Amino acid sequence: MDSKLARSYPAPPPVIEPGHTFESVTERISRVVLGGRHPLPWFIWLFVGFIGANMLMVSIGYLLFTGIGIWGTNIPVGWAFPIINFVWWIGIGHAGTLISAILLLLKQEWRTSINRFAEAMTLFAVACAAIFPLIHTGRPWLAAYWLFPYPNTMGLWPQFRSPLIWDVFAVSTYATVSALFWYTGLIPDLATLRDRAKSQRVARMYGVLSLGWRGSARHWQRYEKAYLLLAGMSTPLVLSVHTVVSFDFSVGITPGWHATIFPPYFVAGAIYAGFAMVLLLAIPLRRWYHLEDFITMRHLENMAKVTLVTGLIVVYGYAMEAFYAWYSANLYEQFMMYNRAWHGPYAWTYWLLIFCNGLTPQTLWFKRLRTNTTWLFIMALIVSLGMWLERFVIVVTSLHRDFLPSSWDMYYPTFWDYSTFFGTVGLFILLFFLFVRVLPMISIFEMRTMVPEAEVKGSEGH
Amino acid sequence: MQAVAQKPLYGLMAEFADVNALVDAARQTRAEGYEKIDAYTPFPVHDLFEVLSLNDRRVPLFVLLAGILGCLAGFGLCYWVSVIAYPMNIGGRPFNSWPSFIPVTFEVTILLASITAVLTLVLLNGLPLPYHPVFNVRSFAQRASQDGLFLAIEAEDPKFDLERTRSFLKQLGAKEVNEIEP
Repeated sequence: MDSKLARSYPAPPPVIEPGHTFESVTERISRVVLGGRHPLPWFIWLFVGFIGANMLMVSIGYLLFTGIGIWGTNIPVGWAFPIINFVWWIGIGHAGTLISAILLLLKQEWRTSINRFAEAMTLFAVACAAIFPLIHTGRPWLAAYWLFPYPNTMGLWPQFRSPLIWDVFAVSTYATVSALFWYTGLIPDLATLRDRAKSQRVARMYGVLSLGWRGSARHWQRYEKAYLLLAGMSTPLVLSVHTVVSFDFSVGITPGWHATIFPPYFVAGAIYAGFAMVLLLAIPLRRWYHLEDFITMRHLENMAKVTLVTGLIVVYGYAMEAFYAWYSANLYEQFMMYNRAWHGPYAWTYWLLIFCNGLTPQTLWFKRLRTNTTWLFIMALIVSLGMWLERFVIVVTSLHRDFLPSSWDMYYPTFWDYSTFFGTVGLFILLFFLFVRVLPMISIFEMRTMVPEAEVKGSEGH
Repeated sequence: MQAVAQKPLYGLMAEFADVNALVDAARQTRAEGYEKIDAYTPFPVHDLFEVLSLNDRRVPLFVLLAGILGCLAGFGLCYWVSVIAYPMNIGGRPFNSWPSFIPVTFEVTILLASITAVLTLVLLNGLPLPYHPVFNVRSFAQRASQDGLFLAIEAEDPKFDLERTRSFLKQLGAKEVNEIEP
């Protein structure tokens, strides 16, 4: 090939650095769990997470003791931090399933290095999300018959025409299927840890969890079928979850919520926020644990590209909201947009949102910034803030001034609103760093298939 | 040792140096007429499925059945609650407002099908299994889940003969051949 052409169209960087073997891949990843030595930041962040989780417990304890009067939530803003935080967390969870299921079906090999910890991130994000619907009434013991269809002594049943009950089914199914998918992917790696463990006690623990996996070809054949099926089922599931979450808003008639663009716009926003969170976790992890060979620049760049594309869809959503407001010729819709972006007291949150989600990701058009880990990390932080603001704008600015000017009022979050939110962030950090300690954060057996040794000659490839 | 020796062997375990050698060996072992054989690899090798004619389609079948069952159960739940157990007249709309039942029906379908996928995978593979003779081979226990590639011929195979099978495996290019204690 003409060398000039080769220089202008270089081959993409590899998904795994050259020179690795089955043994080196296994050793490098399992060392993090079995090697025993962890970098200082691991201890620091575990401690931060521990403090946060304790703050969450205190906040929930005080809430259950006192009631939701400790929050700023009040009519007309009857839905505030709990739903904002719920939607933010559940959105973050979406990237894990997107990476593990959709990219698997699309045969995107680069997903292999990041799917395991992205799935773990999904599980922990969904766990944090699930806290809010449970506690948002201050009386979670009543949630049993509000949410779940079971024959109770009052003869009451949930309303199956309500998006809120769809949400219960969507989120609990999502949590269950994500956990199953994650565990299925872990089984062969747990067997690896069992066989590499130095002490009997550790070997027994991983042995029980691996179910006695022995790598038989018969087992692998069924395994691949089941794994593909799970991926195939998770794909529509993940799209359905945020669609249903968006129905919570769009089925209502509140101006600013009642828009048909909500489902695709929410799903894109979820993937966008999720990829930002994967970047936030991947960039420090690969440095602390020296995993640059496996989580290469190609991964970071690809994730940055997904962030950019979904960010553009989100911006399209913002533009359409404004367009609908004008095109509907509806006084209330027009006022909503005017209040949201121009003369309302929360207009600054809208413009901060446009800065975070509209402008910041545009830097990813430039390869130099896309491959700069420091900038990617900062960008991911800004995007995470932006996605939280998006839900704040949708929920609070729509509710605080709706149809009747006599009912308008302001919403101010209290200390306990913030402590509960940051508490869940702490819980997420705690769970994630514990995960890094006890389970392989990269799928070892799938990484083995990436090594040249794994290729069978004369085979048409997989 | 005496007691162990009285029990029949589980079979012979051959270790191969690379994937190509393992796939070739499996192919030749099949061609030789051995039926009760299995290959053990630390990652899925598609060519082995072909060579060993592995094509168990029961997992997808059970998943399909569970999906259909979940679909009926999900819709049945919505229908029974909204039409029979707790009918509510909202603006004269029909009790069986089926479009609003689709999300729950869909979620229950996926839920049952996914649980079934994992359950059938585990159960058809005969797991969880606390003990299996193959782990008595030292090199297998150490490396089968890491970088070892193994082929086992079980003693139950009608063609199995300790000495002849051993030399056959050796001649296939095995790095080492070990007896699998029961």
